[in-house]
Amino acid sequence: MESMSIHELTATELIQRLESGDLTSVEVVRSFLDRIEQFDEKVQAFLRVESQRALSDAERIDQRRRGGDPVGRLAGLPVAVKDVICTEGQPTTCASRMLQHFTPPYDATVIRRLKQADAILIGKTNMDEFAMGGTTESSTLATTCNPWDLQRVPGGSSGGAAACLAAGMAPLSIGSDTGGSIRQPASFCGVHGLKPTYGLVSRYGLIAFASSLDQIGPLARNAEDLALLLEVLAGHDPSDSTSANLPVPEYSQLVSQPLDGLTLGVVREHFGEGLDSEVQAAVREALRVYESLGATVKDISLPHSRYAIATYYIIACCEASSNLARYDGVHYGYRTDEAAMLADLVAEQRALASRGEATALDDIDSPLVRMYRQTRSEGFGAEVKRRIMLGTYALSHGYYDAYYVKALKVRRLIRNDFDAAFREVDLIAGPVAPTPAYRLGEKTEDPLAMYLGDLYTVSANLAGICALSVPCGLSSDGLPIGLQLQGPPLDEQRLLRAARMYQAVTDWHTRRPEGF
Amino acid sequence: MSDPSYEIVIGLEVHVQLQTATKLFCRCSTRFGAPPNTQTCPVCIGLPGSLPVMNRQAFALALKTAVALNCQIPGFTKWDRKQYYYPDLPKGYQISQFDLPMSQHGYLEINDAKGAFAPKRVGILRAHLEEDAGKSMHDELAGKADSRIDLNRTGTPLLEIVSQPDMRSPQEARAYLTELKLLLTYLGVSDCNMQEGSLRVDANINLHVATSQGTVATPIVEVKNMNSFRAVERAMAFEATRQFDVWKDTRIALGAPGGHKTTRGWDEQAQMTRPQRQKEESSDYRYFPDPDLAPVIVTDQQLDAVRADLGELPAALRTRLQTEWGIDAYDADVIVNQGRAFVDYFLALANISGDAKRASNWMQQDVLRVLNERALTIDLFPVSSTSLAQLLKTVQQGELDTSRARDVFNAMAESGDSMPQAMQSLGIQAVHGDELADLCRELLEANPSVVADVQAGKDKAIGALIGQAKRRNPNANPNQVRQLCLELIREQGSAQE
Repeated sequence: MESMSIHELTATELIQRLESGDLTSVEVVRSFLDRIEQFDEKVQAFLRVESQRALSDAERIDQRRRGGDPVGRLAGLPVAVKDVICTEGQPTTCASRMLQHFTPPYDATVIRRLKQADAILIGKTNMDEFAMGGTTESSTLATTCNPWDLQRVPGGSSGGAAACLAAGMAPLSIGSDTGGSIRQPASFCGVHGLKPTYGLVSRYGLIAFASSLDQIGPLARNAEDLALLLEVLAGHDPSDSTSANLPVPEYSQLVSQPLDGLTLGVVREHFGEGLDSEVQAAVREALRVYESLGATVKDISLPHSRYAIATYYIIACCEASSNLARYDGVHYGYRTDEAAMLADLVAEQRALASRGEATALDDIDSPLVRMYRQTRSEGFGAEVKRRIMLGTYALSHGYYDAYYVKALKVRRLIRNDFDAAFREVDLIAGPVAPTPAYRLGEKTEDPLAMYLGDLYTVSANLAGICALSVPCGLSSDGLPIGLQLQGPPLDEQRLLRAARMYQAVTDWHTRRPEGF
Repeated sequence: MSDPSYEIVIGLEVHVQLQTATKLFCRCSTRFGAPPNTQTCPVCIGLPGSLPVMNRQAFALALKTAVALNCQIPGFTKWDRKQYYYPDLPKGYQISQFDLPMSQHGYLEINDAKGAFAPKRVGILRAHLEEDAGKSMHDELAGKADSRIDLNRTGTPLLEIVSQPDMRSPQEARAYLTELKLLLTYLGVSDCNMQEGSLRVDANINLHVATSQGTVATPIVEVKNMNSFRAVERAMAFEATRQFDVWKDTRIALGAPGGHKTTRGWDEQAQMTRPQRQKEESSDYRYFPDPDLAPVIVTDQQLDAVRADLGELPAALRTRLQTEWGIDAYDADVIVNQGRAFVDYFLALANISGDAKRASNWMQQDVLRVLNERALTIDLFPVSSTSLAQLLKTVQQGELDTSRARDVFNAMAESGDSMPQAMQSLGIQAVHGDELADLCRELLEANPSVVADVQAGKDKAIGALIGQAKRRNPNANPNQVRQLCLELIREQGSAQE
């Protein structure tokens, strides 16, 4: 088999060929490493590529297979990992200066699961700093470009995870989704991405942004691969108190079964102001495809969805302000240059003393406080600081009830909306994002505009339900457009089957960006 | 002791380390004294991505304590993050409980057996679970300040027990702490070792001063750094006097300008409190529910099980010793305050010897003396209750006088020998009734003048015989010799009539 075409194969196909002996894991891994070598300079999807390690792991898997030893579900298959997920002995940076040199002493539960499945961890992918953003531009370590148009963003925060699939640099990858961070980059890059039900996949080892919203999920180039990877990732973890203790369905078997009498809900509120006409057209067309497959499309309302963005940014920022308090320069991670800091402090004290400013002198930072202040000022980027400040404010005495408590109440109402909707329809269909991928730099100066890009995705996180993104068209600029399907809690199998039905009669998922 | 023109008002906050093998949210050991930072893991040192999982045993111990403190236990309780920055708090927040603690509105009864104050109920405002922080060790070399942090303690389960400001004297404060510690020890939920930090006390104290305009409250002072119950008592006494002096000087009342709450530290060496410098920082901890932990549901069945499993608590035990064993209140108090194992020893001793009063006296005087001298606990006391009961019976039957019995007891406690072994090695023999009667008859025959004196009503004359008896048989019990001689003389008298 020619190595050039290996990256064209789906993960499911690659596994078949590895099992049949047509391909070795070393060949597969080398092929993807070659692709990375060839294209990642342009795309910059990866923060680190573990070439040596991946090849030696592949060699071990090949040996075991040749020796007739049992191997795992993903044996010999490369998987890219978003750099927000802890990998023992390998740096895990959150694309932040704060953790640039941080190496966790433990594996996240999903990494353990991938290793148990004999997957090959090929590298860590770029992201928005601490998963805060929708373009991957807030990464302080690299700028990832969209393979469909290198002048555009890959989406975010799991931008590297989606871009590496679009550029054929990995067959599978995992990301995290707090408000759309898997689905939106999947949509922008023309790949599949699934945010599981809250609690389906362990968060142990996922560096927290907003604990009650974060979920790890799979990205892939088709529904079968997505199902396969989810099956490996999902399952109860006693180390995560919020993990669901339920058996994992055989998604990879279920995915090929079409759904009879499917009812899709279309949310009235999702087709309002701000929705790009080409995105709207592509989504409408996708709905017609479902109708042609026998599905019923029904108009529904999620009346509280207009509050979703505000609710999301309060809850996410409040939790973030707390979760990121640990990065204080004391125990690990970035610390400001202490000698310089102390010298500055002494100079300031002298200056104040010589001017006789007793009060200011009394109020000056202790060295510890100055160390905290400077470490966090230097270690975090602007977007992270913005969210920490928003969250700190909203949790402060006198504001807590008006912001945080109220946001929790609205969150409940949003969940109630979904519960009511799912009594009428099986799944909810609509756009993932209001527009295709933005130009690099287009939104960086306007955080509010960027927050509004999360309009359709944050509700699934607030409600804790599952949702995925399926490629459903290309804009006139040749940019991918995604269809979002949302399902009731723990109904991932239905989402995957619906995505597979669509994929069976369309070819959007087979389109590849030019030049890759 | 107190000046009648003011009343002391004291409330106490006690942090108790619960006796679990592992920490509150991870599986690291809670053992004290290990080399720094050897009992840590990603969870308790707050590494990115780590998540807490509640230790059910810690919750069970907290529940047991709360029930024993007569608290109301809500069916739903949750975890909150208390947020502040300190180097020994690696997550930047402490997992604690804020607005829905696991228990509240309880009480603890305190009493003084000698009647130093009237028995009273001290209200418990709340008791909640939280994780401990680490330990900072500041190297205070001038110019080269260096701090080291030990995170072994980080995540150790603490129960914070907050009393109502119901104590009215330093003695009451001390009695509350003593009774609380005793209760915790009976429950087996904590070792209450203050030196190792398993029990820590902060106090809030102010005065209610009687003035011509009515009662005025003085500013509240929080006192920290008290390392023993005695220190608490002394610090409270010192503060009361100091606060009254300040009041007389300034007349600043609670809440008036300059009347805000302040913090002082107890200086054990100087026996005084000193102001602790606090930076003007707001105490806004930005509490919010910890999204990493599920709320805890407590069912009625669980509570019933806890109540059924509580065992006999000190207050009930004191009453039982009085009613069932005829021990007076003071003695019951002394015995019960020594702890459950001591009580069990006493009960066994009283039961076997059949003489609770004697058992109580021996326990309080002799057993306690040895335990104190040798810094032992009753479980390690070398004389079993059965052995000691044998000795008490021998004394009771008059076969050994108290002073000889004490020698035997000391030998038993020293060597761990049984009573016969100890007596043999001391050359002491129990004198049986017949043997003693023979001895007394011989003495009476040899001393007719003593007999005559006694018959003339001068019982004291017997004293002359006791010395002689002792010389003839050193094991003879003087009391018994006296009794027996008097009886024999009376028998003789009645026979002559």
